Amino acid sequence: MIMEIVGILLSAILTENFILVKFYGICPFMGVSKKTDTALGMGMAVTFVMALASAACWAVNEWILTALSLEYMQTVAFILVIAAIVQVVEMFLKKSVPALYQALGVYLPLITTNCAVLGVALVNVQSGYSFLLSVLNGAAGGVGFTIAIVLFSSIRERLDESDVPESFRGFPIALIAAGLLALAFMGFSGLSIA
Amino acid sequence: MDILIAVAVLGGLGLLFGLILGIASKVFYVQTDPRLEQLNAVLPGANCGGCGFAGCSGYAQAVLEGRAEIGKCASGGDDCAQAMAEIMGVKAEKVTRRVALVRCSGYKGTDAEGKPTGAKMKGEYEGIADCLAATKVAGRGPLICKFGCLGFGNCTKACKYDAIHIVDGVAKVDEEKCVGCMQCAAQCPRSLIVPVEYGHHVTLACASKAKGAVTIRGCTAGCIGCGLCQKICPKDAIHVEENLASIDYSKCDACGLCAAVCPKHLIVDSKKAEGAAV
Repeated sequence: MIMEIVGILLSAILTENFILVKFYGICPFMGVSKKTDTALGMGMAVTFVMALASAACWAVNEWILTALSLEYMQTVAFILVIAAIVQVVEMFLKKSVPALYQALGVYLPLITTNCAVLGVALVNVQSGYSFLLSVLNGAAGGVGFTIAIVLFSSIRERLDESDVPESFRGFPIALIAAGLLALAFMGFSGLSIA
Repeated sequence: MDILIAVAVLGGLGLLFGLILGIASKVFYVQTDPRLEQLNAVLPGANCGGCGFAGCSGYAQAVLEGRAEIGKCASGGDDCAQAMAEIMGVKAEKVTRRVALVRCSGYKGTDAEGKPTGAKMKGEYEGIADCLAATKVAGRGPLICKFGCLGFGNCTKACKYDAIHIVDGVAKVDEEKCVGCMQCAAQCPRSLIVPVEYGHHVTLACASKAKGAVTIRGCTAGCIGCGLCQKICPKDAIHVEENLASIDYSKCDACGLCAAVCPKHLIVDSKKAEGAAV
């Protein structure tokens, strides 16, 4: 059991990193990585939503879809679940934690269409994780997302101040940097616990 | 049959979530002041930062909470101030429109005899194209004049209204586009940009406090502090301090006498200049 948990943590954060290895959720990765503090905020929000979505999607899959042998509807049903969750979380934050709501601002609705969240829900189902392991995988995936986006944003902050050739300024150099970062993360592949 | 179950399940899920969202929107309803939205609507929405708050919505919030006065929005001008006053149920004073003025006239060019005019350079600068960076090299920058516009356009980058551009090596304000938010002034390492009332057509654009002889060495268009303008001014609106004449725009009535006597043609009466051209 312990080994399984460590294995999930290792793969979700490093070897199967949602952004840099699986290339899910590239939209916020490119869009919200100009500054480290906003990137951190986005990472937190995604972590929270991923854990929550894992739990809800597990329930919907187990008790509704599998029970009625409608597994082929997983993708559609999960999108529905995730969209609803994000909406509820947004309303909850607006009422209860206005400061956090202000900080996350536009990122929360963005998460609705973040395929990393849908990805984690589908991975959970395909791997046949139990409820707790699903939530763990979701949270760990979110942590992996946070690590990737925070690393990338600090690279971009430095890129802003460096002398980049005119035609590479802005997104082109950011994409190249992202590619190099992904290459670096490929170094973790093959890492596993016996 | 299967398809019916699928449709029913998805439809049911959708309905369920819709219901939850509906309830949640009631439970988590946040009362917002309707005036906030109205204030946001009358503000220009340019988020220029001229009011000192983080964007237009920040200013609207501050006005609503009584932390800020009405009339700080330079972009919106008088119309905006009056509209905001109406929403808040108070009276606003008339806001006069102001525009930025760059206090440098060292436009680089050549005179009729082909001699270079304007600010002179110590040498060619090939560093980072940034005014602040340029002031850090070669003893306060590549210009001989220690006060003049460096012309790397930090102000142009700061302007959200496309109203300030580098013309012949010196920043120039397009008065029709400028709204007076003064964000350019905040970026100028030489503090060259000041606000003047819109339409005030007698202006003095030089900031050189160096002695006359030193100024002449660095620029053909610098104020040498001769004081002719101060002597002729009937309104006591122009004074020479530290080798530099400056106009007190609150006293000046734009008669244009000073523009006529300035030996360096630094004081510009734009109305007369236009008339002469016609």
